[in-house]
Amino acid sequence: MATEAKPEDDKPITVSLQDNSFEPYEIEAPSLELKTTKNELRAMYRDMAAVRRMEMAADKLYKERKIRGFCHLSTGQEAVAVGMEKAITPDDQIITAYRCHGFAYMRGASVKSIIAELLGRREGIAYGKGGSMHMFTKSFFGGNGIVGAQVPVGAGIGFAMKYLGRPNTTFALYGDGAANQGQVFEAFNMAKLWGIPIVFGCENNKYGMGTAANKSSALTEYHKRGQYIPGLKVNGMDVLAVKQACAWAKEYTVSGKGPLVMEFVTYRYGGHSMSDPGTTYRTREEVSYMRSNQDAIQGLRNKLMDWNILTEEEVKDIEKEVKEAVDAEVAAAEAAPTPDNTNRILFEDIYTRGSEPDWMRGRTVEETFYYKE
Amino acid sequence: MRRKAVSSILSQVPRVQTASSRPLAPILAITPASRRYSSHPPNAKLNQQVQFNTSTYLSHTTSTSLANPELPSSIRTSGNTSKLNLYQAINSALSTALSTDERAILFGEDVAFGGVFRCSSNLLDRFGPDRVFNTPLNELGIIGFGIGYASHSHANTAIAEIQFGDYVFPAFDQIVNEAAKYRYRGASEFNCGGLTIRMPVMGVGHGALYHSQSPEAFFAHVPGLKVVVPRGPVQAKGLLLQSIRERNPVIFMEPKILYRAAVEEVPVDDFTLPLEKAEVLAKGSDITVISYGTPLYTVELAAKAAKEMLGVSVEVIDLRTVYPWDKETVFESVKKTGRCIIVHEAPRGGGLGGEIAACIQESCFLNLEAPVGRVTGWDVHMGLIFEQFNVPDVVRVFDTIKKTMDY
Repeated sequence: MATEAKPEDDKPITVSLQDNSFEPYEIEAPSLELKTTKNELRAMYRDMAAVRRMEMAADKLYKERKIRGFCHLSTGQEAVAVGMEKAITPDDQIITAYRCHGFAYMRGASVKSIIAELLGRREGIAYGKGGSMHMFTKSFFGGNGIVGAQVPVGAGIGFAMKYLGRPNTTFALYGDGAANQGQVFEAFNMAKLWGIPIVFGCENNKYGMGTAANKSSALTEYHKRGQYIPGLKVNGMDVLAVKQACAWAKEYTVSGKGPLVMEFVTYRYGGHSMSDPGTTYRTREEVSYMRSNQDAIQGLRNKLMDWNILTEEEVKDIEKEVKEAVDAEVAAAEAAPTPDNTNRILFEDIYTRGSEPDWMRGRTVEETFYYKE
Repeated sequence: MRRKAVSSILSQVPRVQTASSRPLAPILAITPASRRYSSHPPNAKLNQQVQFNTSTYLSHTTSTSLANPELPSSIRTSGNTSKLNLYQAINSALSTALSTDERAILFGEDVAFGGVFRCSSNLLDRFGPDRVFNTPLNELGIIGFGIGYASHSHANTAIAEIQFGDYVFPAFDQIVNEAAKYRYRGASEFNCGGLTIRMPVMGVGHGALYHSQSPEAFFAHVPGLKVVVPRGPVQAKGLLLQSIRERNPVIFMEPKILYRAAVEEVPVDDFTLPLEKAEVLAKGSDITVISYGTPLYTVELAAKAAKEMLGVSVEVIDLRTVYPWDKETVFESVKKTGRCIIVHEAPRGGGLGGEIAACIQESCFLNLEAPVGRVTGWDVHMGLIFEQFNVPDVVRVFDTIKKTMDY
């Protein structure tokens, strides 16, 4: 197949980033020369296409009323999850909020396990109990539903890395809306005070639910909000800039210099969640302008074709492969069985297994569940 | 402002329960002694001061301490004990936990200095600043941080201190929405089971609105948490060690008036006591009285008076773990006695007493001879001068025993 990785394409190459990729605060910005390989660039393209295809599948299943409840899609923001993963190792840690499908996928979760989770299936990544907002996999601590609550948790994870002497960083991600939560500033202070290797990453998609950033935030330059913590604003619609910035941030934090605050300037094409059409607080023109001029996937495709790394035919092959692979996994998720309709499934994992109380009450006396037979 | 409040509380935690040793005694000297304690008048028949040094709910000798059947047999046969008050027993448990689990860390406001109640004295010297450290004054951040540390791998143990239970509310979100639900929403593998949150609770005589609350019922409403309240030093050491080692998040509430007042012979070695298991402190046949923490000693006096004045045999149960609580022990006792009252300092509305009473009527309805009684704090804030009226006193417990017997 045309898109198979060729060994000669693992040779290091250097590409130039756009001049406006970074805006530093109290620190020197990373280099605009990105070291990468042709195969990595192709993989970035493939991964972003896969995340978008998966989110579109979730969108469709939601509209078909197969996925119920809350569902926040990252369509438009793919470059952040993909670029970040390419800059770190599986032993680095990530924790984020509820717009988490792309991160779960990049951290190693299968499309099937993610879509099955959305559908409430037992084979879902959290047994169908977490749903859209709660997805966990190795070195990925979710998927958290409370705005801002994951940020101090990230500080604890980062401290664990430091305490255990691991050469790993932690990315604690939040949105521009969550940036105004008090606990975010509590976490900043603890991290700086204790020199925790952590990157506080604000994904600024311009709107906290339905409120524009400048109507909620006194300072919309979120990378400066650490005040006493150096910061970096990154073009979050450019996966290459994201990769370069995250690699730089990992090196900085792991070298013992303490935390960083980063802002990824990005954009979500859809509403805040599926119940928000996303058109009442911004114009359709704005959304379509971003889609046609700033799109991360299209942007990388154009670059790779300009640089003769991908031909038009190869692009089509990758897109076809991604479509087939994602669609097959989505179909498998849809075919996966719903959880057994038993109290054992309902009441498991409230406490660690073996330490549960003797019983938990159900809807009626007859449904009282006894952990021990 | 809060700092000041803390230090003034610290200085007033009773070392010995005599008025003369109180730092404020000279200032108060112009007040006639008979007016000083509204509910402990000098000629009171029932509302006597609790005498912790003679309470049968505490082990005053090595032999009674080691006779505890819940202790491991090695300690029962050859263990040493030392005389510790409750804060020293907490210190012993923390020290044991830190020395037996190198991943355990201890943090909170001022804990490196020993904490306002001295529970973590000398631990910084012994275990170093990487493991015992002060945090900023940010309860939400403290608990979030603790959840993150505990969640990193199943072995990580985070012991967080909230300086007073009254300060826990900024952290309510992290406890209820993050800690308690972590395992359930994370398909078991992701959890913060190694997290233990310690906090001083209950009245101290003069703590007023923000240093004397009993917030246990807020947490006893949340599946995924365990809530533990010890009554004395032996219990505090054994239950705290079990709570720290328990792979579920535990809220450990320490009755602050007992820090110095309750003194016991505590086994020196490492031991744990079981969670979710109540303890029958006194066998009786006529009525069951259920309580936990400080009010148990009030119950002891009321039970003694009921025996002497009414000839009533009272069975006293220390719930110890207030969520999930030991239904088996409670139901067995109530089925035997047919009467029951519940005593706690927290306000009545939505309190644990209501929940326990409801469960008793569901499971023991045909055995009941009288409605389940409740002696609780009133549904009012803990006003400084009214604290003694708000917490259950001996008269109120005695009166409810009498009414329940006469029903």
